Amino acid sequence: MARAISTKRKVILSVLAWAIGFIIFFPILWTFLTGFKTEEQAITSPPLFLNFDWNMSAYEAVQRRSDYLKHFMNSVVISFGSTLLGLLIAIPAAWSMAFVPGKQTKNVLMWMLSTKMLPPVGVLIPIYLLFRDTGLLDTRTGLVIVLTLINLPIIIWMLYTYFKEIPNDILEASRMDGASLFNEILHVLTPMALPGIASTMLLNIILAWNEAFWTLNLTAAKAAPLTQFIASFSSPEGLFYAKLSAASTMAIAPIVILGWFSQKQLVRGLTFGAVK
Amino acid sequence: MATQHSRAAARLMISPAVLVLLGWMLIPLGMTLYFSFLRYNLLSPGQESFTGFKNYYWFLTDPAFLESIWNTLFLVGGVLLITVIGGTLLALLLNQPIFGQGIVRILVIAPFFVMPTVSALIWKNMFMNPVSGLFAYFASLVGMQPFDFFGQAPLGSIMCIVAWQWTPFATLILLTSLQSLDIEQQEAAEMDGAGSFRRFFYLVLPHLARAITVVILIQTIFLLSIFAEIQVTTNGGPGNASTNLTYLVYVQSLLQFDVGGGSAGGVIAIILANIVAIFLMWMIGKNLDA
Repeated sequence: MARAISTKRKVILSVLAWAIGFIIFFPILWTFLTGFKTEEQAITSPPLFLNFDWNMSAYEAVQRRSDYLKHFMNSVVISFGSTLLGLLIAIPAAWSMAFVPGKQTKNVLMWMLSTKMLPPVGVLIPIYLLFRDTGLLDTRTGLVIVLTLINLPIIIWMLYTYFKEIPNDILEASRMDGASLFNEILHVLTPMALPGIASTMLLNIILAWNEAFWTLNLTAAKAAPLTQFIASFSSPEGLFYAKLSAASTMAIAPIVILGWFSQKQLVRGLTFGAVK
Repeated sequence: MATQHSRAAARLMISPAVLVLLGWMLIPLGMTLYFSFLRYNLLSPGQESFTGFKNYYWFLTDPAFLESIWNTLFLVGGVLLITVIGGTLLALLLNQPIFGQGIVRILVIAPFFVMPTVSALIWKNMFMNPVSGLFAYFASLVGMQPFDFFGQAPLGSIMCIVAWQWTPFATLILLTSLQSLDIEQQEAAEMDGAGSFRRFFYLVLPHLARAITVVILIQTIFLLSIFAEIQVTTNGGPGNASTNLTYLVYVQSLLQFDVGGGSAGGVIAIILANIVAIFLMWMIGKNLDA
C-alpha cells in the first residue's frame, strides 16, 4: 500500500520535474532547431518545431559573412590563455597557503577574495586608458591579462580548498628524501592534485569564455571573441533569426557541454567553500 | 612543523599572486579616484584641471543617477526574488526521488553556461519580439494582443532574461545544501507526526538559510554589474528606463568621454558593491574558521 502511493507520487513528481526542466531548457533547444531552418522558415507563423526540411544554409551564411573561425579562435586563446596563466601564478600561491600556513594566511585569502568583489565598472576607465596608451586595446594579450586578473582569486581559492585535502605528511616525506621545492610541487603535489587542478581549469575556462563586460569593452574587431561576435547581431538587417541561432549554437555548444561536467566544481568555485 | 627555510620559500611562492592582485587593485583604483576629482574629457585632452567634488555633485544630482539607482535595485531585487524562490522550489523538487534525475538536472543547469550576449539576443528576438517572437504567437493562440516586451517593460524583460540565467545557479547551490540535510532527523520528525509544511519551515528552511544567504550575496555581487544584457537589448533605453548604475558609468565615460564624471560614478559603484561584499566576506570568513 505504502509502496503504491510512493510510486504514484514518484510518477507525478517526475512528470512535473521533466516539464519544468523542458521549459527551462526550451530556449536553448529552440535556438538549436532554428539554426537548421531557412530564414523564411524561422519566422513562419505558426512556428515549425520539427517538421521543416533541415538544412545548413544558416551555418554556411554565418561562416561566409563574418569569419566565425577567427572569433572562435580568439575565444579559445583568451579563455585557455588566461586560465593557464592564472594556474601558473595560483598553484605556488595555493601551495604556500595550504601547506605552510602562517598567521596571515586567512587574511591574505580573504583579501584576495575581496579583489573579486570590485565592480568592473569602477576600474573601467583606467584600464581602458592604460590599454589605449600601451596599444593593448583590441588585442588578445590585453584580454588574457585582464581575465587572468579577474579570475585569479577564484583559481587560488579553488586550488586552496583542493590542496587542503591532501595530507601534508606526503609532501613532508618527499622533503625528507631531499626533493627540492620545485620537484616537490611538480612531481609530488601536482600529480596528486591533478583532479582538483583539472576542475579548476574547467570552471575558469567556462567563466572566461562567457565573460562579457571586459570582452565587449576592450575589443572591437581584431581580438573580438564570440561574446562580441554575437553582440554584433543586436543591430540586424533583414531576416536573421536562423543566422543568429546558428552562430549562437556554435558559440555555446562547447561550453554548455563542458559545463555539464563541471556542476560540482561550480558550487565549490563560486561559493568559496561557504556551501558544502 | 614548518622550517625557517620553507617559510621563506612559501613567501616567495605566494608573492607573484599577491603582487599582481595588489597592482590590479591599487593602480586602477587609485587612477579612478584621482580622475574623479578632475575635469577631464577625452575630447579635449590636455585640459585636465582639478575640480574637487564637483564631479560627484554633478553625478549625484543628475536625475539619471537616481533613476539608475532605482533600476539597479529593481533589477537586483527582482532577479533575487525570482531566483531564490524558484531555485528553492526546484531544488526541493530535484531532491525527491524522480525518474531520470540526472538528465533533468542537466536540463535545468544549462542556461547558466550560455554566454550573456547569446541569451539576451535569443530572448529578445525569438521569444519577446512582438511581431515574430514565440510569445506573440502564443498570445495570438489564446486571442490576446502581443505584448511589446522591450517597449512596455524594458527593465522587466531584462530581469526575466537574467533570472533565467541565474535560477540554475541558485538551484544547484541549494540542491547541494539540501543533500547534506540530516535524513534521520527528517524521518524522526515525520514519525512524530510533523506534516511536510511544518517539516519544511522548521527543519529544511533553517538548514537552507545559510546557503540562501550565500546565493543572495554572490548573486548580488554579479547582478550589480549587469552590462551585456542591457547593451545588446535596449542600450539602456528608452530614455534611461533600463539603465543601471554600471551602464550609466559606461555611457558617461566611454560614450560621452567624460572621464571625470564617469570616475565619480565608478567610485560610487565601488562603495555600493562594498556594502554587500562586507557581509559576504564575513560569512565566508566565519566558515573558514570552522
